[in-house]
Amino acid sequence: MENTQLFFNFVPWIVFFPVLGLLLNLTIGKKLSENGIGAIAVLASASAFVVAVLQAYSLSIHPEGASILVAEWIHVGDLAIDWTFRVDTLSVTMMLVVSGVGTLIHIYAIGYMHEDVRFHNDEGRFKRFFVFLNLFIAMMMVLVSGDSYMMLFVGWEGVGLCSFLLIGFWYDFDTLGRPSFANSNAAKKAFITNRIGDFGFLLAAFMMFWQFKSTNFDNVFAVVANAEPWVILWITIFILVGVAGKSAQIPLYIWLPDAMAGPTPVSALIHAATMVTAGVYLVTRSAPIFMLSHDAQYIVATVGALTAIFAATIAVGQYDIKKVLAYSTISQLGFMVAAVGMGAFAAGMFHLITHAFFKALLFLSAGSVILGMERGHHHLAHHGHHGGKHDEEVFDPGDMRNMGGLRKQMPVTFWLYMVGTVALAGLFPFAGFWSKDEILADAFLEFPHVYWILTGAAFLTAFYMGRQVWMVFFGKPRHEVAAHAEESPLIMTAPLMVLAALSVFGGALNLPGVHTLTVWLEHTIDIHPGEFNMQVALISTALALFAIFLSWLLYMRKPLTTGQPDPLKRILGFAFTGMENKWFVDEAYKFVFIDRYTDLAKFFAQTVDWDFWHEWFHNSVIAAGFVGLTKFLANPIDLGIVDNISKILARSIQYSSENFRKVQNGFVRSYALSVMLGVVAIIGYLLIK
Amino acid sequence: MIPVNYYLTLSVVLFSMGALGVLIRRNSLVVFMSIELMLNAGNLAFVTFAKMHAANLAAVHNGQIFVFFVMTVAAAEVAVGLALIVLIFRKKQSIDLDQLTHLKG
Repeated sequence: MENTQLFFNFVPWIVFFPVLGLLLNLTIGKKLSENGIGAIAVLASASAFVVAVLQAYSLSIHPEGASILVAEWIHVGDLAIDWTFRVDTLSVTMMLVVSGVGTLIHIYAIGYMHEDVRFHNDEGRFKRFFVFLNLFIAMMMVLVSGDSYMMLFVGWEGVGLCSFLLIGFWYDFDTLGRPSFANSNAAKKAFITNRIGDFGFLLAAFMMFWQFKSTNFDNVFAVVANAEPWVILWITIFILVGVAGKSAQIPLYIWLPDAMAGPTPVSALIHAATMVTAGVYLVTRSAPIFMLSHDAQYIVATVGALTAIFAATIAVGQYDIKKVLAYSTISQLGFMVAAVGMGAFAAGMFHLITHAFFKALLFLSAGSVILGMERGHHHLAHHGHHGGKHDEEVFDPGDMRNMGGLRKQMPVTFWLYMVGTVALAGLFPFAGFWSKDEILADAFLEFPHVYWILTGAAFLTAFYMGRQVWMVFFGKPRHEVAAHAEESPLIMTAPLMVLAALSVFGGALNLPGVHTLTVWLEHTIDIHPGEFNMQVALISTALALFAIFLSWLLYMRKPLTTGQPDPLKRILGFAFTGMENKWFVDEAYKFVFIDRYTDLAKFFAQTVDWDFWHEWFHNSVIAAGFVGLTKFLANPIDLGIVDNISKILARSIQYSSENFRKVQNGFVRSYALSVMLGVVAIIGYLLIK
Repeated sequence: MIPVNYYLTLSVVLFSMGALGVLIRRNSLVVFMSIELMLNAGNLAFVTFAKMHAANLAAVHNGQIFVFFVMTVAAAEVAVGLALIVLIFRKKQSIDLDQLTHLKG
């Protein structure tokens, strides 16, 4: 499908622009100011966005799409992997989201990174941050534009690397700016957990190559219908493992909350809006495979739904403003995975887009809140309210228990946050309402149990968002710092306003009856517009309102005071302890996997390697054997045989010479006797002979 | 005619007496005489065999001519030997062979 019409040929620049940006920053970034570095990065990302828009325009005229070959890569036997850009409605949708939201976050990051508490005018770090961000955009573009599973995997690993680099960006400080390895540990946790998912992805790709002799999307989808059921089931299960790793689903979701150790723009861009949705994109891309196996759809949808409600319960019990959003992200990813799992690909993609808008908005606003708190803290420290007190007591600007009443200090952020909250809670007519209801409506028809679980998760979503808003922005400041918090500058709030607008009007992408997005995606995936289900919409809206009312009862009617325990603790008791502590999943994993693994490693290191190889084998076999051999060679062989041979030689010579000496006595007569004896002997010999 | 064995036996006896004299006696003059005895025992054997092979003229001549050679050599030997003994006596005031152990070094 070589289609070079319109702007299709231009598509490789969607990767080249960000790469160009990062190369520029790498080479001349040292000479530039912070704003210069930021401008280059933003321009690179914005250029990618322009390319994406051009592709969308081209597609609107030629919806069949195009494949643009950039380079032949690996050709070995049957294996043929080329760097080909696949332009179709699905990939371009992802490109628009990634570059669009990405550009806004780039702009925000210029302001944010300048003020980060750990950033002490370190120009090198500032540059490095934007190099990583651009690299991420480039890798994400490789991921969404690849035309084979292997090219997708290249991007998949690339974004994983960027995720690792950016989670551990402050590798030498923890989130509070103290020297610590906590962040680099979080980065390692994310990377290692993702390796498990990547292993599943690779197995799926290998299996495709084994069965279909290709990993190219078109080739695989052309023959997959003839494959045996077990092949399809295993491929889908392996893909699900990959999705669970990258998109933070049960049981591999544990890395995402820790990933909040990264700077907040990273949390927004990578760990909420774009990278973590790669799994959803992967399932959508593999739609022809998943459509063939009802079992696979059932499993994926159930995993997604369980993740959605499980993470939502944890989000209820968190106190860190970013942790709540992190678990909310896992929960929303569960919604998307459940949607694409049950074949509602349009709904899943729709939720992916709207979620990218409002979750990026929420994260960035949360970053604005945190920086506002830090400004308040700074202000207090400088005006000597505490004296030296703040040095002893480490203040956590992200802890919601320290906030309260920020509505007055940070009005812009407050309103932006409210938009995001309402969109996430799924209230009419915000973006989240449309996308979430489409998922619920599809689930209602396909898998009723998924529908009920997701409805419960939606209820919890509204509740924890209500709790967060009441705790952060309403009531009275629970800490001196909160009373002195300051609003963020325009460079941070302006991108948020754009995201807020998108969160409000994003629902228009796929309104019931019009189905713009579904029709758009129909060119790529075999889907049909769903029906709008008024009953489902009413139930979920009513539940969301009820949840917000409940949270109002608990957190707003009698606002929390300083040091007061969470009111839910009294009501839910042990259950809330579980929520607070993430249901002890990390501890359980530590006990079941990490400790056992450590035990195994210890066993190998101590028992096998040290005790057996070093102590026993080395000492008893090698050393002792060598000593024994040398002793054997020294004592019986050298001393016994070799020495004795020479001694016997010496003695016999000594003995014979002693005896022969007597012959030479100087007496002529004895000589004469010898002569005569000799003559007699010779004559005797001659006679006898 | 006296058998050849008798001559040969006499020759052996003479030779043995000479050899014993050389080995046993200490006086170098006596040793010298014993050597003469051995030479003459040899001469006796030569002429005996010459007589025994009377039929072969060449053998007769060879045997008898050898005797003359031996006598000549013995005479020359005596000349040299006696001279040596005189010189040794002058040097050591003795001709006892056991005193002459210079060869031992």
